[in-house]
Order: sequence, then C-alpha cells, then structure tokens
Amino acid sequence: MDINQKHRLQGLLLGSLHKITLFLAMSIICIPGLWIVLNSFRPTVEIMAKPPVWIPNELNLDHYRAMFGAAGEGGVPVVQYFTNSLIISVTSTLIAILVGMAGGYAFARFKFKGKTWIFIGLMLTRAVPGVALSLPLFIVMAKTGLIDTHIGLIIVYVAMNVPFTIWLIDGFFRQIPHELAEAAEIDGCTRWQAFWRVEFPVARAGIASAGIFAFLTSWNEYALASQLTRSTFSKTMPVGLRDFTSEFTINWGGMCALAVLMIIPALILTFIVQKHLIAGLTFGGVKG
Amino acid sequence: MPRIKLPTWFVLLLPAIIILASVVLVPLLLSLYSSFTPYRLTRPETLWKWIGTYNYQKAMGDWNFWVAFGRTILLLTVALNLEMILGLGLALLVNRVTYGQRALRTFMMFPMMFSPILVGFQFKFIFNDNVGLVNSALQSLGLSDTAIPWLVDGKLAFFAIVFAETWMSTSVFAILILAGLYAIPSDPMEAAKVDGCTPWQTFRHITLPFIMPFIYIALAIRSLDVARAYDIVQIMTNGGPARRTELLWTLIGRTGYVDAKMGYANAMGYISIILAVFFTVYFFNKLNAARSELGMAG
Repeated sequence: MDINQKHRLQGLLLGSLHKITLFLAMSIICIPGLWIVLNSFRPTVEIMAKPPVWIPNELNLDHYRAMFGAAGEGGVPVVQYFTNSLIISVTSTLIAILVGMAGGYAFARFKFKGKTWIFIGLMLTRAVPGVALSLPLFIVMAKTGLIDTHIGLIIVYVAMNVPFTIWLIDGFFRQIPHELAEAAEIDGCTRWQAFWRVEFPVARAGIASAGIFAFLTSWNEYALASQLTRSTFSKTMPVGLRDFTSEFTINWGGMCALAVLMIIPALILTFIVQKHLIAGLTFGGVKG
Repeated sequence: MPRIKLPTWFVLLLPAIIILASVVLVPLLLSLYSSFTPYRLTRPETLWKWIGTYNYQKAMGDWNFWVAFGRTILLLTVALNLEMILGLGLALLVNRVTYGQRALRTFMMFPMMFSPILVGFQFKFIFNDNVGLVNSALQSLGLSDTAIPWLVDGKLAFFAIVFAETWMSTSVFAILILAGLYAIPSDPMEAAKVDGCTPWQTFRHITLPFIMPFIYIALAIRSLDVARAYDIVQIMTNGGPARRTELLWTLIGRTGYVDAKMGYANAMGYISIILAVFFTVYFFNKLNAARSELGMAG
C-alpha cells in the first residue's frame, strides 16, 4: 500500500469515527427531551405501559385538551401561567439589560478604586442560593405587600440576572476600541450620543446574548417563584408544573404537555438569537 | 447649596448596587441576624432571643451537615470535570463539522432551555425503576432482566443526579468553548502546521491556552450554580434514600421549612456560602492568570 492510499484510508476512518461520535453525542442530548415531547402526545396507558411501547400506536392531543380544559377535568390555568411567565420574564430581562449595560459600561470604560473588589462583590450575589434568600425575602416582601404580584418577582429576577449581564456586557464594551467613541466626540457628539450612535450598535450582538441568558434564567426559575407566588395571579410555569403532582401520583402526560409549552418560547428565542450568540460570546469571553 | 457631583462610574453602577443591596443584601443581613437566634417559623417571638453562636457550634458538630457538605463538594468536582471534558469534546466535534453547523448548535443548546425543575421531573421519570426509559431500554436490549432501582439505591441515585446535572449543563461548556475555538486567530495554527507539529501538539500548545479563559468562565459560572443545586435533587430524590443524596441546600431547605428551624438553617447556610466565595475567588484568579498569559488581562 503506498503512502497516499494509507493517508486516504486513515482520513476516511477518522471522518466516519467523527460522524458516529457526533451522532451518539447528539442522541444523548436530544433523546430525553424528545421523549417528553413524544409522551405529551401519547395516552397515559401507553406512557406507563410495561413492557414499554417504543413505537407509539396512537398520537392524540388529549393531554393538551385536558390541560386547557375545565378545572375539574385535569385542567390547569395554563394560559394565566403562560401570561405571568411572559410578563415577568420579558420585563425583568429588559430591566436587567438596562442596568447591566450601565454597570458594564462603567466597568469597561472607567478607572476607579476598588474595581476588582466591587466586581467580585457583585458576582458573589449570584452565589447566594434561592433557598437561603427565600425566607428573608418573603418577610421583606410581605412587609411591602409585594407577595403574589408580578412586580415582586420582576425585582427579584432583575437582581438575579444583573451580575451576569454586567459581566457579559462589560466584556463586549471592552472589545470596542476607545478611539471609536473618542472620534465621535471629536466630531461633535456628546458622550451620550457617541454611546448610542457608535458603541451601542457594535455591542448589540453581545447585549442580545446577555439578554437570552437572562430570559432563560427567569423563565426557568423555580425555588424563589414557588415561595413568592400564591395564586394564579402571579404563578409562573415552573411553579405550574407542580399542579400535576399530588401526594402519591404524578400526571406525567399533563406535565409533559405543559413542559412542551414551556420549551417552545425558549426554543424560538434561542433559535432567533443564536446566530448572534456565538459572535457575542466570543467578544465577551476573551476580553472580559 | 453646592451641588454634589458624583463620579460618572458611580452613577452608572448605582442602579445595580441599589437593586442588589435591596434584594440580596437586606434579606441576607436579616438571615445573618436570625442565625444568632433560635428562630422557629412556628414561633415568631423566638426571633428576638439572642443565643450567640450556638447554632454555628451545633452545625460544626453535626455529622449530617458535614456529610452533606462533603457530598456537595464531591458533586461539584465530579459534575464540573465531567461537564468540562464532555463539553470540550462536543465543541471540538461540532467545530469540525463543515456544514449544518448552525442547526447542530441549536440542537446542542437544547438542554439549556430546560428548566432545572423540569430536568428533575424528566429524569425522575427516565430513571423510574418500574416504567422508566433507562430500565425499559436495558430490558428490551436484554442487558438486564430485573428492574434496577436507580433512584432508590443510594449510589445509583447519586449517579442519576450526576447524569441529570451533566446532561443539563454540558452544553453551557460546549457553547462557551466553541466560542473560544472560533476566536483563535489562524496565524499560530498555520505556523504550527509549517513547523510540522502533530495534531496533539497543536491542540496542547495552541488551541488549549486560547480556550482556557472560556473554560474558566464556564467553570466559574457553573461552580456557583452547582454549589447551590437544589431543584433537580429536590425533585429527583429529595435528598433520599435515607440521606444518601443529601446536599447542602436540600438539607438546609428541609431544616428551615420542614423542621421549621430557621435560625439553625441560616447558620448552616452561612457556613456553606463560604464555599461559594472560595470557588468564585479561585476561578476569578485562574481566569485572570489565563488571560495574562494571552496578554489580554486588564
């Protein structure tokens, strides 16, 4: 066998090995989720069947119909949960981005005393577990009448996301050369104008990716939401999942249906933003 | 009256400081105070009784607390290392793909969209000893003829939790490392090729140093999240069977809310937060060191 042939064979072997490994990895990543999606369309008998039914005989929308149905027939106030989740997540994400932009800009563009320590201090607030915060927060919120309101959860989620948005956005602003804004100021822009016209558009991709992390965090948060919400007026989807559990049994089909409803917005948003995501993270990571 | 002029950086940071102080700091001070009292949820008046460091001494001598402490560190070490290695592998695999990469990246991020509580329920179902996916698959393939009690046996339950945790978060590492791979300039790669480096040498001396900052960012973020792991464990095993998967925060949550011993729970919480402080400062230093090696610190 001559050397060319040997190389070609080696390349072919490595190529197929690469494809097989990638396929296996992606299967492990996707199958648990797809199993949930599949189960949401199958009758409960089939989900719980033993021996297992691998290829579904029947697909229907029963679980969805029940979920949207009346309270007595397994229905849960899912539309209300969805609306609550959407209002709370979107509002808190927008505020977290604004606050994070101000903070990130300060860290990236200004020199001041104790910068590292203020930065670490802000990061550490993310280290505090929800369980540790939930009771004192509950007491504070009860005193201010914010229990079971959208505003209460929004404030909490902003606080949860701000350290992270500051960290990422700080990185994106550092990536933009000083000279760019300075040139704009020489041309007669105020600092404010220079920021909006020059620096903001460049950092936009990065800010979008900070936004999606913030959105996913508040969309998926459970521990604090379960403490600070009482009724359908403010309960979010992750808390709503609990409606399908009773003391001894879990309604798997219904839960899967709600789970699918929970994943869809996250999936759509990630798909739209993910093009920017890699570009954004590249900047934020290296120079942050 | 002269107007006080605050420095711009301070004004810009003010919203962040105000919101973090009011939402995190005030409650934390409240719970710090309560950790010096015998506060019980069922008897609110106990909040006003000062007992000094009694709760802390009790936690120091509490065997269950230290077991949960050790297990949390074990979970941190095992899960973080696994996620890092698998995430690196996945990123390298995806990076080699020439077309359809965007779709692959979206698939890859699939687990990131799952709420931790949903991941908990999902794997509780998948590892169910009776009708779960894992047992069904093993039995259909003839690899096992009895039902394996994944979530009932202590060791297997810990494995199941590590699996769920790793499944959920490997993609966080993969996406950050992939971003790092995209950021590597092409010149040193070409130089290495000209100099006749083996693929392993190129990876070891060029690729790896470049992606180290990304790995440390992911490690820093994830170490904080795993150290406060609660949702998944609470749903899958709730610390059971017989405390075999008890982690710090399931123990603290139970002590605080089920046993209603809030003061004691808060004292344990404060000892645990030290762990998070340690990891944050450690990874922050590592990150800065990795950056200065690349001349990107500052």
